[in-house]
Amino acid sequence: MEQESSRKPPRESGVTTSEKPTDPTRQSENEPVTFELSGIRAGFLTCIPIAFGVAGYGVAFGILASQAGLSVAEATLMSAAVFAGAAQIIAVELWADPIPVAALVVTTFVVNLRYSLMGVALQPWIGRLSPAKIYSSLFLMADENWALTMRDLRAGNGRGAFLLGSGIALWLFWVASTILGTVAGGSIGDPTRYGVDFILVAVFVALVAELWDGRSTLVPWVVALGTSVVTAGVLPGQWYILLGGLTAALVEVVRHED
Amino acid sequence: MRTDPLAFGTPFGGALSLDPLVIAVILAMAAVTLLAKVGGTWLVRRVEVSDRLEAGLDVLPGAIVIAVIGPELAAGGPAEWGGAAVVLAVMWRVENILLALCAGVVSVVILRTVV
Repeated sequence: MEQESSRKPPRESGVTTSEKPTDPTRQSENEPVTFELSGIRAGFLTCIPIAFGVAGYGVAFGILASQAGLSVAEATLMSAAVFAGAAQIIAVELWADPIPVAALVVTTFVVNLRYSLMGVALQPWIGRLSPAKIYSSLFLMADENWALTMRDLRAGNGRGAFLLGSGIALWLFWVASTILGTVAGGSIGDPTRYGVDFILVAVFVALVAELWDGRSTLVPWVVALGTSVVTAGVLPGQWYILLGGLTAALVEVVRHED
Repeated sequence: MRTDPLAFGTPFGGALSLDPLVIAVILAMAAVTLLAKVGGTWLVRRVEVSDRLEAGLDVLPGAIVIAVIGPELAAGGPAEWGGAAVVLAVMWRVENILLALCAGVVSVVILRTVV
């Protein structure tokens, strides 16, 4: 497959290499970004152990979906086409007769808005790929493989296909475990018993250890922490992730010295 | 529960039945999810990003990570805090994410039976 390293993303134009040479993000942003089968494979294999954990939620979703009255085919279609764990679990909890169409669609959108922000955070690297590659990778983006991909790209590996590969692993496990949950559901029991619910937190805590970059990270992190903890107590759903990220970015924009 | 007139005629007792309205709702959910996933990227690729805005975008990864785990840990208890500390410690000492995740999850499972 072709190299796409020669095209620089638009937001790189004003930044010179020597500006902040010690910043790992800046350094890895200057590495070439490729889109190759080896990158897909690396993402896929790295994500397999985590995909097993995600499958615990897939089973839980399958159970809830069949309890809500969805058929195996309908629940499987939802997992394959929507592919957003938290939003799907909330949706089947809202599911009723007659179907509350507007509430379902609006809630799904709001719960998934955080992905807009996560996609933007990956732009310094995957922004150099073709639109078809960018948008197909973004369709398969979930919380877990976003974190893994962020980690891989910051390390300077330049594997632009890592998001797609890790997303394929998650998608396969998610769809398969949905079927398992709807068919075999009741006999498996509560997945949180096995600590599955902690995997997502653990992936993000691991990323914290790598994203810490000295005192420059302190102010945005404190802002994000304060905003998210306060809004999580006030607003429903997952607004707190979006607001925490946006507020920290906004504070940084205001603080920036030209 | 939804009554499905097709359920009796289809194999597997209606497991493969697909209600047109349900399909429409699922496809609408898929459409808004895709919009949410690509929307931010689509927008940021179309606007001129100044150095000032760039500085804001640069802090996004860390801010998102903190915003995800902050409320999660605040709502948790000693077991989750201990598990998070184990993950941090392992990452700091050996920088192996898989080892850190396993150590963290095992710690949480053990701590939950003790605490």
